[in-house]
Amino acid sequence: MTIRHEEQAAHQVGAPSLELNGRPLEPNRRIPLNLDWVEEVRVNTSAVERRAATIDTRRSVKKQWQAAWLLRAIACMDLTTLSGDDSVERVKRLCAKARNPLQPHLVKGLGIEDLNLTTGAVCVYHAFVETAVKALEGTRIPVAAVSTGFPAGLSPLEQRVAEIRRSVEAGAQEIDIVITRAHVFNGDWQALYDEVAAFREACGPAHMKAILGTGDLLTLRNVARASLVAMMAGADFIKTSTGKEAVNATVPVSLVMVRAIREYAERTGFAVGFKPAGGIKTAKQALTWMYVMKDELGRPWLEPSLFRFGASSMLADIERQLEHFLTGRYSAAYRHPIA
Amino acid sequence: MKEISVGNSVVEQFYAMEYGPAPEDSKETERWLDAHQRRFVHYIDGAWSKPASGEFFATNNPANGDKIADVAEANAADVDAAVAAARRALPAWQALGGHRRARYLYALARLVQKHSRRLAVLETIDNGKTIRESRDLDIPLAARHFYYHAGWAQLLEREFAGYRACGVVGQIIPWNFPLLMFAWKVAPALAAGNTVVIKPAEYTPLTALAMAELAMEAGLPPGVLNVVNGDGRVGALIAAHEDIDKIAFTGSTEVGRIIRKATAASTKKLSLELGGKSPFIVFDDADLDSAVEGLVDGIWLNQGQVCCAGSRLLVQERVAEALHEKIRARMKTLRVGSPLDKSVDIGAIVAPVQLERIRSLVDQGVAEGANCWQPETTLPAKGLYFPPTLLTGVHSTATVAQEEIFGPVLVSMTFRTPAEAVELANNTAYGLAASIWSESINVALDVASQVKAGVVWVNSTNLFDASCGFGGYRESGYGREGGREGMYEYLEPAWFDERPKHRPAAAAAQHAAPVADSQPIDRTVKQYIGGKQARPDSGYSFPVYGQDGAFIGEAPLGNRKDIRNAVEAARSAGKWAKTTAHARAQVLYYMAENLAQRRDEIAARLARMVGHAQAGAEVEQGIERIFTYAAWTDKYDGLVHNPPMRNVTLAMNEAIGVVGILCPDEAPLLAFLSLVLPAIAAGNTVVAVPSEKHATMMGDLYQVFDTSDLPGGVINIVAGRPAELAKTLAEHDDVDAIWSFRTAEDAMLVKTGSIGNLKQVWTNDRHSFDWFDGAQCDGRYFMRHATQVKNIWVPYGE
Repeated sequence: MTIRHEEQAAHQVGAPSLELNGRPLEPNRRIPLNLDWVEEVRVNTSAVERRAATIDTRRSVKKQWQAAWLLRAIACMDLTTLSGDDSVERVKRLCAKARNPLQPHLVKGLGIEDLNLTTGAVCVYHAFVETAVKALEGTRIPVAAVSTGFPAGLSPLEQRVAEIRRSVEAGAQEIDIVITRAHVFNGDWQALYDEVAAFREACGPAHMKAILGTGDLLTLRNVARASLVAMMAGADFIKTSTGKEAVNATVPVSLVMVRAIREYAERTGFAVGFKPAGGIKTAKQALTWMYVMKDELGRPWLEPSLFRFGASSMLADIERQLEHFLTGRYSAAYRHPIA
Repeated sequence: MKEISVGNSVVEQFYAMEYGPAPEDSKETERWLDAHQRRFVHYIDGAWSKPASGEFFATNNPANGDKIADVAEANAADVDAAVAAARRALPAWQALGGHRRARYLYALARLVQKHSRRLAVLETIDNGKTIRESRDLDIPLAARHFYYHAGWAQLLEREFAGYRACGVVGQIIPWNFPLLMFAWKVAPALAAGNTVVIKPAEYTPLTALAMAELAMEAGLPPGVLNVVNGDGRVGALIAAHEDIDKIAFTGSTEVGRIIRKATAASTKKLSLELGGKSPFIVFDDADLDSAVEGLVDGIWLNQGQVCCAGSRLLVQERVAEALHEKIRARMKTLRVGSPLDKSVDIGAIVAPVQLERIRSLVDQGVAEGANCWQPETTLPAKGLYFPPTLLTGVHSTATVAQEEIFGPVLVSMTFRTPAEAVELANNTAYGLAASIWSESINVALDVASQVKAGVVWVNSTNLFDASCGFGGYRESGYGREGGREGMYEYLEPAWFDERPKHRPAAAAAQHAAPVADSQPIDRTVKQYIGGKQARPDSGYSFPVYGQDGAFIGEAPLGNRKDIRNAVEAARSAGKWAKTTAHARAQVLYYMAENLAQRRDEIAARLARMVGHAQAGAEVEQGIERIFTYAAWTDKYDGLVHNPPMRNVTLAMNEAIGVVGILCPDEAPLLAFLSLVLPAIAAGNTVVAVPSEKHATMMGDLYQVFDTSDLPGGVINIVAGRPAELAKTLAEHDDVDAIWSFRTAEDAMLVKTGSIGNLKQVWTNDRHSFDWFDGAQCDGRYFMRHATQVKNIWVPYGE
């Protein structure tokens, strides 16, 4: 078992075993590029949109169930700051929030002291990896670094690979890479595969999340094909967006990626995680994505080892909802410490 | 709740990640029921009306068996009172005009929206359907129907000029979509200016009563809408009521037959929306995951209690196992339970008898060799529930492949080629809907055009909108609901009220009297079947006499076997419908050319039977009428609808198939042409029975057809005793429509005979058609009867 796999297993204490419809799964490994499979992909946009539109009309969680689901959303959250004006102090503050995402009175009120709830990870630019690692010492919260010329991914390949190596050396346990979108437009699946495989190689023991930039890919068929190629090339997670595209995580795009993950698992026996990112700001949205994960893939995909939100402001809304659950009063954002 | 420590259960759920209960709050609706003392009477003449018998029946919540309320049971006196109120209200309602009626319909639309949640909750507790469906589908679609028809009321005078309302309309609706069916029935009827007596299903009377209350709130004039309750006996009273002008029924094919029979002796207009066993066809190039969701919306909508449910899965062999795997995986995530729970996918079955029927059909399916798969689901201990079920390895001979199960049971079969898919899809007595899944628009539209169904959904299923007509082919009934075509179900030509005009006499003056041949060569007139002259099977002929009583000649005496042969010939000539409209028009024009060339001799022979003046007019106008329908052949186009989604709905006017036509005695040539031409212009093939008194005329007609490149079998003519031939034709299961323009007895005979395959029936009823009046006989009214609308939904987007 590699360090990466141990890490994945460690995240699953008290969690369901890794399976899909009764079939045990293993963490992903690179497989040869299967072009037939990529070409075979069929996605009907209208039908996907119709399904997406009814996901949160078909499911609802209330009361303690809702509270529990929102806590899980926190556990699956990559608390993120990716701004040009990020600073060391800003990142430290973020890490402090990641360690203690909820105020003590909420933790006590909910009776969840023993959960030692933290966010799933902290996600920063390379420049702040060391800061974050230091700020998170003594916790199991991994630091994720966006890499490979984020967000456009258009710097020279060697430079992008080197960037990964440096982040891993600096202590990042998770690397969020971006793909070259042009490979998708050109149908150059081999180039995409080679690129992602090279990134995966460079990640070594660190988890790799492959950002597809779905807002740029435009068609859902492209999203499905890029998802498959990234998984074949060994991605541990596939992720929707950088948060910098005009359109970021949407439910239809997520549905297509999640179905690709399911198909990949069915055909290879390997489990790949999913990370929607960008534009997910509310507790209600968080629940929508969790319905997708539970109904399309099953309970294991509600573990941080297989599911993350890329989010920055969502935590504040979740805190307000949890406070409402406890007090019956609607809360205000300023009453909760900012990240 | 507080006896469990909140903290503990939160932690527990943090690991379990279950959905937990999410009940819709029904307090407001319960309060509304209490305000009515949970006791509802009829709504007649604008007021609540106690049942004449004093009898009530209970309506129960299928989710738990609890009684919800008592509802008045109608008897003949109540139905009479309701019909009388509707009749009294009719003149003033019609005098209001379209705009004023539009205001009422608009008010009803708004009221449905204002009280949407009460109506949704009421529907769910009365019917057992999930609150998601009643809240997100039934109620919004009902409101949309009232809006849309407020629009038709507004446009009525201009867009339906020359038409008038039927009068008093009796409507009988089913329990599976109680409020939506109420809207589908009431909105167009009122928009067209009819008044209504409606009977909801006895399992689900409550939302119609809630609507009656809203009608009062809207100030709808008394008597315009009347609601009576009860079971099939009340439905029978309505169907048989002498003062009702039109019956609209939605329900089972079995009851549809009973209603057709019950109304056979009357001149009531009838529309039937009946059962189905709709194919759900998945090609190997389909988006399989989306197709699976289509099934969730298809067979697992409303517990499968949907007439147009995609209940018959036809999957291409290459992807069958993969698709079945995906279906099973999806079925595991379907949540069965309390319909008021917002996270439940499958609610309760409406009544114990339905649950029993589903069970026994599934058992029979298994006994006949099907593999039955159900997910491990815990059903609620109380209430009427059935788990989602997949039957694979089913053959087309199996009961479950042919019979409508009306439950959450999917039956799966495989096919190899598109042609086989079409063959299997059409291998059913029904023809309501079809769903086609393929990423190739060529495949999808090709199959859509061949499937015998009134509604076809491409890469989608169970999409509905008021702008797109809904209704079936074959034994799924006739008539459409929604769209322009739906309005015609509640309208009649205004000239129905007029007496026929005098036949023109002047037109014939120019034709010289025929010169009698001193020794004519004997002329043998035969049946005309499959493009050939055929001796009558009976071996008998019958004499035809002139106006003056002089013997003219002999016509073949047709019998059952001639009809059988003619229908076979007509069926084999089905290619005619696929011939381009342009090519069909050429044949018709050619007929006119050939008739014109022989006008004098034909007019001369006809003159002996009907007199010179009429004969000349018939031939002249006959030529013109051929031109008219040659013109219509490539102009009776369909429509493209734009329902509120990214989609085009193609409303195609399709041929019905084989049409039997019983021609009248008056205007023997012109009436024959006026009926047969629109039928063939639309692509039908015809078995025509000419006027018995003038049957020798057919010899002239088929000579014209023979010389006009008309493919054999498109028009078949069988002479004989009309009543005998009519019976055989009406009872023939391979005849798709029958038109009778003869006596009231013949009309009744064909209506009664039609119930075998529920063929479409069109009769003159009490109206005399003036065949010489182009305004009556030249156009859309005839083309509409010669076609049926297929609505093909094509969502798009990349």
